[in-house]
Amino acid sequence: MNSLGAAVLGAVFNLNHPAHTVDWSFIHLSVANVVVIGLMLIVFVLAILLPFPGAASREAARRGGGGGAP
Amino acid sequence: MSVTPTTPPKSWTVKVREKGVEALPPDKLLPDGQPTYVASWIYVFGVASIASLIVIIGSGCILALKGPAWWHETGVGHFFNSIHLWSVELFFFVMVVHLWGKYWMAAWRGGRGRVWVTGAITFLVAVPCALTGYVSQQNFDAQWISTQAKDAMNSVGVGAFFNLTNFGQMYSYHILLLPIAIVLLVSLHVLLVRRNGVVPPIELEEKLTAMRATSPDAQHPPAGAGEVQS
Amino acid sequence: MSFLRPKDNTQPWKGRYAPYDLVKELCIAVGVITLLAVLLTVLLSSPDDKPSTIAQWSHELPADFATTAAKELAGTSDTAEYGPPYNHESGSVQHFLFLHPQRWLGVSHPINTADDYVIKPLETIPNDPALTSALAEYKGATEKQKKEWSEAYAKPLEAYATAVEEKKAPPSTVSVNQSTGAVTVKASGAGPVPVMMTSLQSLAQSGGLEGGLVSSSQFFQTDYTKPLLFMADGGLLAERAEQQHLLGEQWGLMNETGSYPGQPWLWLYALWYQVEPMKSSPNADIQVLLIMGLLSLAFICIPFIPGVNILPRKIPVYKLIWKEHYRSEP
Repeated sequence: MNSLGAAVLGAVFNLNHPAHTVDWSFIHLSVANVVVIGLMLIVFVLAILLPFPGAASREAARRGGGGGAP
Repeated sequence: MSVTPTTPPKSWTVKVREKGVEALPPDKLLPDGQPTYVASWIYVFGVASIASLIVIIGSGCILALKGPAWWHETGVGHFFNSIHLWSVELFFFVMVVHLWGKYWMAAWRGGRGRVWVTGAITFLVAVPCALTGYVSQQNFDAQWISTQAKDAMNSVGVGAFFNLTNFGQMYSYHILLLPIAIVLLVSLHVLLVRRNGVVPPIELEEKLTAMRATSPDAQHPPAGAGEVQS
Repeated sequence: MSFLRPKDNTQPWKGRYAPYDLVKELCIAVGVITLLAVLLTVLLSSPDDKPSTIAQWSHELPADFATTAAKELAGTSDTAEYGPPYNHESGSVQHFLFLHPQRWLGVSHPINTADDYVIKPLETIPNDPALTSALAEYKGATEKQKKEWSEAYAKPLEAYATAVEEKKAPPSTVSVNQSTGAVTVKASGAGPVPVMMTSLQSLAQSGGLEGGLVSSSQFFQTDYTKPLLFMADGGLLAERAEQQHLLGEQWGLMNETGSYPGQPWLWLYALWYQVEPMKSSPNADIQVLLIMGLLSLAFICIPFIPGVNILPRKIPVYKLIWKEHYRSEP
């Protein structure tokens, strides 16, 4: 494998070291897992708050341009 | 249309075809429009789950082409193993956001209970599919997970026929049996969604009250409304 | 309607449809997910900690290896005393009330630890008259005599292991040569066992033991149960696991080696092991699995569970999801 291939295939950030943990009472979670769970909550909230594209086309449909059931 | 004019009326082929077309005519199987209420980013997490599954299976097929030891021996193999791992993490990520969205939409309404059920079972089958993948890695992680989780399996008797420390068995479950189960469940789930349509919005309580006050048919909201009365 | 029996008047949608390209959406989704997976791969790669081997174990923790091997011969190791599906003992047999599924499903993968981990591997060593004689003496003895010999050998090793764990001075009956990995045990009344164990240690350190344990019954084999259970009876795997935060009390079943995200979706399964009475129960596994089985069933049946199925109506997250629809209604 050439050096370019090796550079592409190797990681930019090395996560091969023992994890840091978030400790609270009897709960001990790895930082990586907490980040994933946190991201899921953030993404869920953003998904229900952010406007969805195509509003103009849906408004046109409501005003009579759109068809009925397929 | 029958292939031959003399096809017997009780032909199984004709029956299956007619039932299929009746349940899912082509423009219902692949509609080119959606109700105007499909207007939220939460709706993309279902298709994102399917997309993740496609990437998992694709990367899994590449890993299977070269056998289970390949990814330890070459950088390219390790690359595709990484794709496989991250697409699994993405799969569970988007699938859980999808199920949160569907719960808060009460998406089982209007006879869509089976859609929820098939989706929930898909999640529950995906968990052991991931487990069989973890114990098939042939590295330290696989050694630890298999020797620990075997106690859980043994405690409920499952270990008698599902041996986490048997690499051959676990690899077979992981690359064939459980993916087939997941693909079948996801297909059923999606076909049910196509058949029933995306669940309509929950009708606002104030609108329901107004409709009941003004409508002579006070018990039954007009067609197009979707609500659950408490 | 009542709390217990909500009425669902959801009608098929008779309103307007707007164009929506499902196939294009799927293609975009596959593209986005592929890109994300490739990006994460390039940035973070994936872990691949090399597996432990019996050879490594016998070199790095020779006393631990010798102790475990002695216990396998004596029938006092975790595997030897486990119970179904490996044998008919009861050391790790779990039950819940009248449910004894581990017993009911029986022994499906028999392991005789003395034979499988000690006697049969030693029988493969050629040209060693002292070993041949020791094996003959051991096999010709009564079960009671075998037990006395192997326990006599195991006892000083167990005392050594306890002293090391408690960071006390180890007893003089056991000496370990760290450079060669040789373990010498002064045990009276151990009969031929010291000769057998010294040979087993050499076989392990040469790498011959794990191959033998895998292919003991046939040439082609993919079942690693025997070598894995042997190693798990010792301390090497657990030592590595603790460094990687994979132990039970570290919520290890949610974790991956290194600092990678693991299985966050197992959070609820992991939680039950940390709370009483499961935390200190010898039947923790069956208790937790039964709880999770019930909760999984409940998860599947959410549409039909009173209270749970009307919560979305009571907490109006739906007003955010369908805000555009509600705004557009007359």
